[in-house]
Amino acid sequence: MAVSQTRSMGLPLINLLRLRGVPILQQLHLEERLLRTSYDNWCIINDGTTKPTIVMGVSGKAEELLEIESVIRDEIPVIRRFTGGGTVIVDQGTIFVTFICNKDAFPDLQSYPQPIMSWSSLIYKKVFQGIGDFSLRENDYVLGNHKFGGNAQSITKNRWVHHTSFLWDYQTSNMGYLKLPKRAPEYRQARGHLDFICRMKDHIPRSNFIDRTIDAVGSHFVLTSADLEASQSPLSLNFEPSSRLLKREELEEAIFKSRARRACAASAPQAS
Amino acid sequence: MALRMWASSTANALKISTAASKSGLVSPAFSLSRCFSTVLEGFKYANSHEWVKHDGPVATIGITDHAQDHLGEVVFVELPEAGKPVTQGDSFGSVESVKATSDVNSPISGEVVEVNTKLSETPGLINTSPYEDGWMIKVKPSNPSELESLMGAKEYTKFCEEEDASH
Repeated sequence: MAVSQTRSMGLPLINLLRLRGVPILQQLHLEERLLRTSYDNWCIINDGTTKPTIVMGVSGKAEELLEIESVIRDEIPVIRRFTGGGTVIVDQGTIFVTFICNKDAFPDLQSYPQPIMSWSSLIYKKVFQGIGDFSLRENDYVLGNHKFGGNAQSITKNRWVHHTSFLWDYQTSNMGYLKLPKRAPEYRQARGHLDFICRMKDHIPRSNFIDRTIDAVGSHFVLTSADLEASQSPLSLNFEPSSRLLKREELEEAIFKSRARRACAASAPQAS
Repeated sequence: MALRMWASSTANALKISTAASKSGLVSPAFSLSRCFSTVLEGFKYANSHEWVKHDGPVATIGITDHAQDHLGEVVFVELPEAGKPVTQGDSFGSVESVKATSDVNSPISGEVVEVNTKLSETPGLINTSPYEDGWMIKVKPSNPSELESLMGAKEYTKFCEEEDASH
Protein backbone atom coordinates (compact mmCIF):
# COMPACT_ATOMS: atom_id res chain seq x y z
CA MET A 1 0.00 0.00 0.00
CA ALA A 2 1.45 3.39 -0.96
CA VAL A 3 1.86 5.75 1.99
CA SER A 4 0.21 9.04 1.12
CA GLN A 5 1.59 12.36 2.23
CA THR A 6 0.01 13.15 5.57
CA ARG A 7 1.43 16.53 6.49
CA SER A 8 2.44 19.69 4.72
CA MET A 9 4.08 22.74 6.26
CA GLY A 10 3.74 21.04 9.66
CA LEU A 11 -0.05 20.81 9.41
CA PRO A 12 -2.02 17.63 8.75
CA LEU A 13 -3.72 17.27 5.37
CA ILE A 14 -7.51 17.05 5.24
CA ASN A 15 -9.88 16.24 2.40
CA LEU A 16 -12.74 18.75 2.24
CA LEU A 17 -15.91 17.18 0.90
CA ARG A 18 -18.73 19.65 0.27
CA LEU A 19 -22.19 18.20 -0.19
CA ARG A 20 -25.60 19.74 -0.61
CA GLY A 21 -28.92 18.21 0.32
CA VAL A 22 -27.54 14.69 0.82
CA PRO A 23 -29.96 12.52 2.83
CA ILE A 24 -28.74 12.19 6.41
CA LEU A 25 -28.68 8.37 6.35
CA GLN A 26 -26.42 8.46 3.28
CA GLN A 27 -24.18 11.00 5.06
CA LEU A 28 -23.95 8.78 8.16
CA HIS A 29 -23.08 5.75 6.05
CA LEU A 30 -20.36 7.73 4.30
CA GLU A 31 -18.92 8.94 7.63
CA GLU A 32 -18.83 5.50 9.19
CA ARG A 33 -17.24 4.04 6.08
CA LEU A 34 -14.54 6.72 6.06
CA LEU A 35 -13.94 6.28 9.79
CA ARG A 36 -13.44 2.54 9.45
CA THR A 37 -11.80 2.13 6.04
CA SER A 38 -9.96 5.36 5.15
CA TYR A 39 -6.51 6.44 6.33
CA ASP A 40 -7.05 10.11 5.46
CA ASN A 41 -8.46 13.03 7.43
CA TRP A 42 -11.81 14.31 6.19
CA CYS A 43 -13.98 17.37 6.71
CA ILE A 44 -17.49 16.90 5.36
CA ILE A 45 -19.90 19.79 5.06
CA ASN A 46 -23.47 18.91 4.03
CA ASP A 47 -25.50 22.01 3.31
CA GLY A 48 -28.94 20.82 4.40
CA THR A 49 -30.52 17.42 4.14
CA THR A 50 -33.82 16.37 2.59
CA LYS A 51 -37.07 15.88 4.51
CA PRO A 52 -37.33 16.23 8.30
CA THR A 53 -35.72 13.20 9.92
CA ILE A 54 -35.19 12.23 13.55
CA VAL A 55 -31.70 10.96 14.37
CA MET A 56 -31.11 9.16 17.69
CA GLY A 57 -27.75 8.19 19.20
CA VAL A 58 -26.52 4.61 19.25
CA SER A 59 -28.33 3.71 22.48
CA GLY A 60 -31.41 5.84 21.97
CA LYS A 61 -34.76 4.32 22.93
CA ALA A 62 -37.64 5.63 20.88
CA GLU A 63 -40.16 5.12 23.71
CA GLU A 64 -38.15 7.44 25.97
CA LEU A 65 -37.11 10.08 23.45
CA LEU A 66 -39.94 10.52 20.97
CA GLU A 67 -43.63 11.37 20.80
CA ILE A 68 -43.98 8.17 18.81
CA GLU A 69 -47.66 8.38 17.94
CA SER A 70 -47.11 11.75 16.25
CA VAL A 71 -43.97 10.46 14.56
CA ILE A 72 -45.84 7.50 13.08
CA ARG A 73 -48.89 9.55 12.17
CA ASP A 74 -46.77 12.09 10.29
CA GLU A 75 -44.44 9.42 8.84
CA ILE A 76 -41.26 11.06 10.13
CA PRO A 77 -38.28 8.77 9.47
CA VAL A 78 -36.29 7.75 12.57
CA ILE A 79 -32.63 6.79 12.29
CA ARG A 80 -30.32 5.27 14.88
CA ARG A 81 -26.80 6.51 14.13
CA PHE A 82 -23.43 4.99 14.93
CA THR A 83 -22.24 7.76 17.24
CA GLY A 84 -23.22 8.42 20.84
CA GLY A 85 -25.22 11.31 22.22
CA GLY A 86 -28.76 12.57 22.05
CA THR A 87 -31.61 13.03 19.61
CA VAL A 88 -32.00 15.67 16.94
CA ILE A 89 -34.49 16.41 14.20
CA VAL A 90 -32.79 17.58 11.02
CA ASP A 91 -34.11 19.05 7.80
CA GLN A 92 -33.25 21.34 4.89
CA GLY A 93 -32.31 24.09 7.33
CA THR A 94 -29.65 22.04 9.10
CA ILE A 95 -25.96 22.44 8.28
CA PHE A 96 -23.76 19.42 9.02
CA VAL A 97 -20.03 19.63 9.69
CA THR A 98 -18.03 16.47 10.32
CA PHE A 99 -14.38 15.84 11.14
CA ILE A 100 -12.92 12.37 10.66
CA CYS A 101 -9.30 12.31 11.78
CA ASN A 102 -6.38 10.06 12.52
CA LYS A 103 -5.27 10.15 16.16
CA ASP A 104 -1.81 11.16 15.05
CA ALA A 105 -3.12 14.17 13.10
CA PHE A 106 -2.62 16.05 16.37
CA PRO A 107 -0.13 14.14 18.53
CA ASP A 108 -0.85 16.41 21.51
CA LEU A 109 -4.60 15.69 21.38
CA GLN A 110 -5.80 12.76 23.49
CA SER A 111 -8.45 10.81 21.62
CA TYR A 112 -11.06 10.90 24.35
CA PRO A 113 -14.45 12.66 24.16
CA GLN A 114 -13.67 15.79 26.16
CA PRO A 115 -10.34 16.73 24.55
CA ILE A 116 -11.80 16.21 21.06
CA MET A 117 -14.83 18.30 22.01
CA SER A 118 -12.56 21.10 23.31
CA TRP A 119 -10.45 20.95 20.14
CA SER A 120 -13.55 21.30 17.96
CA SER A 121 -14.66 24.37 19.91
CA LEU A 122 -11.44 26.11 18.83
CA ILE A 123 -12.67 25.92 15.25
CA TYR A 124 -16.04 27.47 16.00
CA LYS A 125 -14.62 30.05 18.37
CA LYS A 126 -12.79 31.37 15.32
CA VAL A 127 -15.94 31.14 13.17
CA PHE A 128 -17.95 33.26 15.60
CA GLN A 129 -15.19 35.68 16.54
CA GLY A 130 -16.72 39.16 16.45
CA ILE A 131 -20.13 37.74 15.55
CA GLY A 132 -21.66 36.02 18.55
CA ASP A 133 -21.11 35.02 22.18
CA PHE A 134 -19.94 31.49 21.30
CA SER A 135 -18.79 28.99 23.86
CA LEU A 136 -18.66 25.27 24.56
CA ARG A 137 -21.05 24.70 27.47
CA GLU A 138 -20.70 21.20 28.93
CA ASN A 139 -20.84 19.39 25.56
CA ASP A 140 -22.93 21.82 23.53
CA TYR A 141 -22.09 24.74 21.28
CA VAL A 142 -24.03 27.73 22.58
CA LEU A 143 -24.57 31.35 21.75
CA GLY A 144 -25.16 32.93 25.14
CA ASN A 145 -26.93 30.07 26.90
CA HIS A 146 -28.83 28.80 23.88
CA LYS A 147 -27.73 25.65 22.10
CA PHE A 148 -27.38 25.86 18.35
CA GLY A 149 -25.47 22.70 17.52
CA GLY A 150 -25.69 19.04 18.55
CA ASN A 151 -22.43 17.09 18.79
CA ALA A 152 -21.58 13.42 18.76
CA GLN A 153 -18.49 11.28 18.38
CA SER A 154 -17.21 7.82 17.64
CA ILE A 155 -13.68 6.86 18.64
CA THR A 156 -11.80 3.84 17.33
CA LYS A 157 -8.30 2.62 18.08
CA ASN A 158 -6.58 4.96 15.63
CA ARG A 159 -9.24 7.41 14.41
CA TRP A 160 -12.16 9.48 15.57
CA VAL A 161 -15.17 11.26 14.15
CA HIS A 162 -16.74 14.37 15.61
CA HIS A 163 -19.90 15.54 13.87
CA THR A 164 -22.27 18.39 14.46
CA SER A 165 -25.73 19.27 13.23
CA PHE A 166 -26.13 23.03 13.27
CA LEU A 167 -29.54 24.61 13.75
CA TRP A 168 -29.17 27.33 11.19
CA ASP A 169 -32.95 27.28 10.93
CA TYR A 170 -35.66 24.86 12.00
CA GLN A 171 -39.41 24.45 12.05
CA THR A 172 -40.90 24.98 15.50
CA SER A 173 -43.52 22.30 14.92
CA ASN A 174 -40.81 19.66 14.36
CA MET A 175 -39.55 20.06 17.90
CA GLY A 176 -42.89 18.67 19.05
CA TYR A 177 -41.77 15.19 17.97
CA LEU A 178 -39.06 15.14 20.65
CA LYS A 179 -39.67 14.55 24.34
CA LEU A 180 -37.62 16.31 26.97
CA PRO A 181 -34.62 13.99 27.43
CA LYS A 182 -34.10 12.31 30.82
CA ARG A 183 -30.41 13.05 30.60
CA ALA A 184 -29.81 16.76 30.02
CA PRO A 185 -26.95 19.19 30.71
CA GLU A 186 -27.22 21.20 33.91
CA TYR A 187 -27.27 24.51 32.10
CA ARG A 188 -30.48 23.48 30.34
CA GLN A 189 -32.31 23.97 33.69
CA ALA A 190 -35.41 22.09 32.56
CA ARG A 191 -36.09 24.55 29.72
CA GLY A 192 -38.34 23.31 26.94
CA HIS A 193 -36.88 22.87 23.45
CA LEU A 194 -37.86 26.30 22.17
CA ASP A 195 -36.39 28.11 25.19
CA PHE A 196 -33.22 26.04 25.08
CA ILE A 197 -32.17 26.25 21.43
CA CYS A 198 -31.71 29.13 19.01
CA ARG A 199 -31.55 29.66 15.27
CA MET A 200 -28.08 30.38 13.94
CA LYS A 201 -29.58 32.44 11.11
CA ASP A 202 -30.40 35.14 13.64
CA HIS A 203 -26.63 35.58 14.09
CA ILE A 204 -24.88 34.78 10.81
CA PRO A 205 -25.78 34.30 7.12
CA ARG A 206 -25.66 30.71 5.91
CA SER A 207 -22.93 31.04 3.31
CA ASN A 208 -20.93 33.18 5.71
CA PHE A 209 -20.99 30.41 8.33
CA ILE A 210 -19.84 27.80 5.83
CA ASP A 211 -17.06 30.04 4.43
CA ARG A 212 -15.83 30.99 7.89
CA THR A 213 -15.87 27.34 8.95
CA ILE A 214 -13.71 26.36 5.96
CA ASP A 215 -11.32 29.22 6.80
CA ALA A 216 -11.11 28.09 10.42
CA VAL A 217 -10.46 24.50 9.36
CA GLY A 218 -7.68 25.86 7.17
CA SER A 219 -5.89 27.20 10.24
CA HIS A 220 -5.55 23.66 11.62
CA PHE A 221 -5.15 21.66 8.41
CA VAL A 222 -3.99 21.94 4.83
CA LEU A 223 -7.22 21.57 2.82
CA THR A 224 -7.65 19.57 -0.36
CA SER A 225 -10.98 19.55 -2.17
CA ALA A 226 -12.41 16.08 -2.63
CA ASP A 227 -15.46 14.56 -4.24
CA LEU A 228 -17.59 11.54 -3.41
CA GLU A 229 -15.64 9.40 -5.85
CA ALA A 230 -12.45 10.13 -3.90
CA SER A 231 -14.10 8.76 -0.77
CA GLN A 232 -14.35 5.27 -2.29
CA SER A 233 -11.58 2.74 -1.79
CA PRO A 234 -11.17 -1.04 -2.24
CA LEU A 235 -11.43 -1.45 1.55
CA SER A 236 -14.78 0.30 1.63
CA LEU A 237 -16.52 -1.97 -0.88
CA ASN A 238 -17.48 -4.65 1.66
CA PHE A 239 -18.04 -2.34 4.61
CA GLU A 240 -21.49 -2.53 6.19
CA PRO A 241 -22.46 0.61 8.13
CA SER A 242 -24.47 0.28 11.31
CA SER A 243 -26.59 3.48 11.16
CA ARG A 244 -30.07 2.46 10.08
CA LEU A 245 -33.66 3.49 9.61
CA LEU A 246 -36.00 2.09 12.25
CA LYS A 247 -38.83 -0.01 10.86
CA ARG A 248 -42.47 0.88 11.50
CA GLU A 249 -42.83 -2.33 13.54
CA GLU A 250 -40.04 -1.15 15.83
CA LEU A 251 -41.76 2.19 16.39
CA GLU A 252 -45.07 0.45 17.08
CA GLU A 253 -43.34 -1.80 19.58
CA ALA A 254 -41.92 1.33 21.20
CA ILE A 255 -45.48 2.66 21.64
CA PHE A 256 -46.39 -0.56 23.41
CA LYS A 257 -43.34 -0.24 25.70
CA SER A 258 -44.15 3.39 26.38
CA ARG A 259 -47.74 2.54 27.39
CA ALA A 260 -46.55 -0.37 29.54
CA ARG A 261 -44.10 1.94 31.26
CA ARG A 262 -46.83 4.50 31.97
CA ALA A 263 -49.14 1.78 33.28
CA CYS A 264 -46.43 0.52 35.65
CA ALA A 265 -45.77 4.02 36.90
CA ALA A 266 -49.48 4.65 37.46
CA SER A 267 -50.00 1.42 39.40
CA ALA A 268 -46.86 1.70 41.55
CA PRO A 269 -47.71 2.02 45.25
CA GLN A 270 -47.56 5.62 46.47
CA ALA A 271 -44.82 6.41 49.00
CA SER A 272 -46.28 7.07 52.47
CA MET B 1 1.63 25.29 17.48
CA ALA B 2 1.63 22.65 20.17
CA LEU B 3 -1.85 21.93 21.48
CA ARG B 4 -2.11 21.49 25.22
CA MET B 5 -5.58 20.14 25.80
CA TRP B 6 -7.29 19.80 29.11
CA ALA B 7 -7.74 16.14 29.96
CA SER B 8 -10.48 14.90 32.23
CA SER B 9 -7.99 13.30 34.61
CA THR B 10 -6.68 16.75 35.51
CA ALA B 11 -9.89 17.41 37.40
CA ASN B 12 -9.33 14.21 39.34
CA ALA B 13 -5.64 14.76 39.86
CA LEU B 14 -5.89 14.37 43.60
CA LYS B 15 -8.13 11.30 43.52
CA ILE B 16 -6.56 8.08 44.63
CA SER B 17 -8.63 5.04 43.75
CA THR B 18 -8.90 2.34 46.32
CA ALA B 19 -11.14 0.10 44.23
CA ALA B 20 -8.78 -2.80 44.69
CA SER B 21 -9.12 -2.69 48.46
CA LYS B 22 -12.75 -3.74 48.08
CA SER B 23 -11.73 -6.42 45.67
CA GLY B 24 -13.48 -9.72 45.38
CA LEU B 25 -10.38 -10.92 43.53
CA VAL B 26 -7.93 -12.96 45.55
CA SER B 27 -5.68 -10.43 47.28
CA PRO B 28 -4.23 -8.56 44.34
CA ALA B 29 -1.57 -6.05 45.30
CA PHE B 30 -2.27 -2.65 43.88
CA SER B 31 0.10 0.10 42.99
CA LEU B 32 -0.59 3.78 43.25
CA SER B 33 0.43 5.41 40.06
CA ARG B 34 1.57 8.96 39.78
CA CYS B 35 -1.17 9.44 37.19
CA PHE B 36 -3.65 8.69 40.01
CA SER B 37 -5.47 5.92 38.20
CA THR B 38 -5.43 2.50 39.79
CA VAL B 39 -3.30 -0.15 38.15
CA LEU B 40 -3.39 -3.70 39.50
CA GLU B 41 -0.48 -6.09 39.79
CA GLY B 42 -1.00 -9.46 38.21
CA PHE B 43 -2.94 -8.01 35.29
CA LYS B 44 -1.68 -7.34 31.77
CA TYR B 45 -2.44 -4.17 29.85
CA ALA B 46 -2.81 -3.10 26.23
CA ASN B 47 -1.72 0.32 24.96
CA SER B 48 -5.37 0.94 24.07
CA HIS B 49 -6.15 0.78 27.82
CA GLU B 50 -7.77 -2.62 28.19
CA TRP B 51 -6.72 -5.09 30.89
CA VAL B 52 -6.66 -8.87 30.86
CA LYS B 53 -6.44 -11.27 33.83
CA HIS B 54 -5.44 -14.76 32.80
CA ASP B 55 -6.69 -17.43 35.17
CA GLY B 56 -6.26 -21.01 33.97
CA PRO B 57 -8.28 -21.71 30.82
CA VAL B 58 -10.09 -18.36 30.87
CA ALA B 59 -9.00 -14.74 30.58
CA THR B 60 -11.16 -11.86 31.83
CA ILE B 61 -11.08 -8.56 29.96
CA GLY B 62 -12.19 -5.02 30.74
CA ILE B 63 -11.09 -1.40 30.42
CA THR B 64 -8.70 0.23 32.86
CA ASP B 65 -9.34 2.83 35.51
CA HIS B 66 -7.36 5.31 33.37
CA ALA B 67 -9.70 4.67 30.45
CA GLN B 68 -12.94 4.96 32.41
CA ASP B 69 -11.71 8.15 34.04
CA HIS B 70 -10.96 9.77 30.67
CA LEU B 71 -14.15 8.52 29.03
CA GLY B 72 -16.52 9.86 31.67
CA GLU B 73 -19.80 8.34 32.79
CA VAL B 74 -20.51 5.17 30.80
CA VAL B 75 -24.18 5.01 29.81
CA PHE B 76 -24.29 2.09 27.40
CA VAL B 77 -22.18 -0.95 26.63
CA GLU B 78 -22.24 -3.06 23.48
CA LEU B 79 -20.79 -6.56 23.87
CA PRO B 80 -20.46 -9.61 21.62
CA GLU B 81 -22.34 -12.85 22.15
CA ALA B 82 -20.73 -15.89 23.70
CA GLY B 83 -19.17 -18.08 21.05
CA LYS B 84 -17.89 -15.16 18.93
CA PRO B 85 -14.18 -14.96 18.15
CA VAL B 86 -12.02 -12.03 19.22
CA THR B 87 -8.67 -11.03 17.70
CA GLN B 88 -5.82 -9.30 19.48
CA GLY B 89 -5.94 -5.57 18.79
CA ASP B 90 -9.37 -5.63 17.13
CA SER B 91 -12.60 -4.16 18.46
CA PHE B 92 -15.02 -6.53 20.19
CA GLY B 93 -17.51 -4.00 21.47
CA SER B 94 -17.97 -0.42 22.51
CA VAL B 95 -18.92 1.85 25.38
CA GLU B 96 -20.95 5.03 25.15
CA SER B 97 -20.01 7.92 27.39
CA VAL B 98 -20.92 11.59 27.20
CA LYS B 99 -21.66 11.92 23.48
CA ALA B 100 -19.18 9.34 22.21
CA THR B 101 -19.03 5.67 21.39
CA SER B 102 -15.55 4.29 21.94
CA ASP B 103 -14.32 0.95 20.64
CA VAL B 104 -13.06 -1.58 23.15
CA ASN B 105 -10.27 -3.73 21.72
CA SER B 106 -9.34 -7.24 22.76
CA PRO B 107 -5.84 -7.60 24.24
CA ILE B 108 -5.75 -11.26 23.16
CA SER B 109 -7.25 -13.60 20.59
CA GLY B 110 -9.71 -16.34 21.45
CA GLU B 111 -13.36 -17.23 21.83
CA VAL B 112 -15.85 -15.39 24.02
CA VAL B 113 -17.14 -17.79 26.66
CA GLU B 114 -19.02 -15.39 28.90
CA VAL B 115 -20.32 -11.84 28.76
CA ASN B 116 -21.05 -9.57 31.74
CA THR B 117 -24.83 -9.23 31.37
CA LYS B 118 -25.02 -6.88 34.39
CA LEU B 119 -23.56 -4.13 32.20
CA SER B 120 -26.76 -3.83 30.16
CA GLU B 121 -28.71 -2.64 33.21
CA THR B 122 -25.80 -1.04 35.10
CA PRO B 123 -23.19 0.22 32.62
CA GLY B 124 -21.78 2.49 35.35
CA LEU B 125 -20.09 -0.55 36.90
CA ILE B 126 -17.32 0.15 34.42
CA ASN B 127 -16.75 3.49 36.15
CA THR B 128 -17.17 2.37 39.76
CA SER B 129 -15.44 -1.01 39.49
CA PRO B 130 -13.42 -1.25 36.27
CA TYR B 131 -11.33 -4.25 37.38
CA GLU B 132 -14.01 -6.23 39.21
CA ASP B 133 -17.76 -5.85 38.72
CA GLY B 134 -17.15 -3.89 35.49
CA TRP B 135 -15.43 -6.79 33.68
CA MET B 136 -16.70 -7.07 30.12
CA ILE B 137 -15.98 -10.48 28.58
CA LYS B 138 -14.30 -13.76 29.43
CA VAL B 139 -12.32 -15.39 26.67
CA LYS B 140 -10.77 -18.79 26.06
CA PRO B 141 -7.36 -17.72 24.71
CA SER B 142 -6.34 -19.26 21.39
CA ASN B 143 -2.72 -18.13 21.71
CA PRO B 144 -1.65 -17.56 25.34
CA SER B 145 1.79 -16.37 24.20
CA GLU B 146 0.08 -13.12 23.13
CA LEU B 147 0.03 -12.17 26.81
CA GLU B 148 3.78 -11.73 26.69
CA SER B 149 3.41 -8.85 24.27
CA LEU B 150 1.28 -6.89 26.76
CA MET B 151 2.47 -4.50 29.48
CA GLY B 152 2.75 -5.36 33.15
CA ALA B 153 1.56 -3.03 35.90
CA LYS B 154 4.71 -0.95 36.19
CA GLU B 155 5.12 -0.57 32.46
CA TYR B 156 1.46 0.40 32.02
CA THR B 157 1.66 2.92 34.86
CA LYS B 158 4.61 4.59 33.14
CA PHE B 159 2.75 4.45 29.81
CA CYS B 160 -0.24 6.31 31.33
CA GLU B 161 1.99 8.91 32.97
CA GLU B 162 3.82 9.59 29.72
CA GLU B 163 0.59 9.75 27.75
CA ASP B 164 -1.01 12.21 30.16
CA ALA B 165 2.17 14.29 30.45
CA SER B 166 2.43 14.75 26.71
CA HIS B 167 -1.10 16.16 26.41
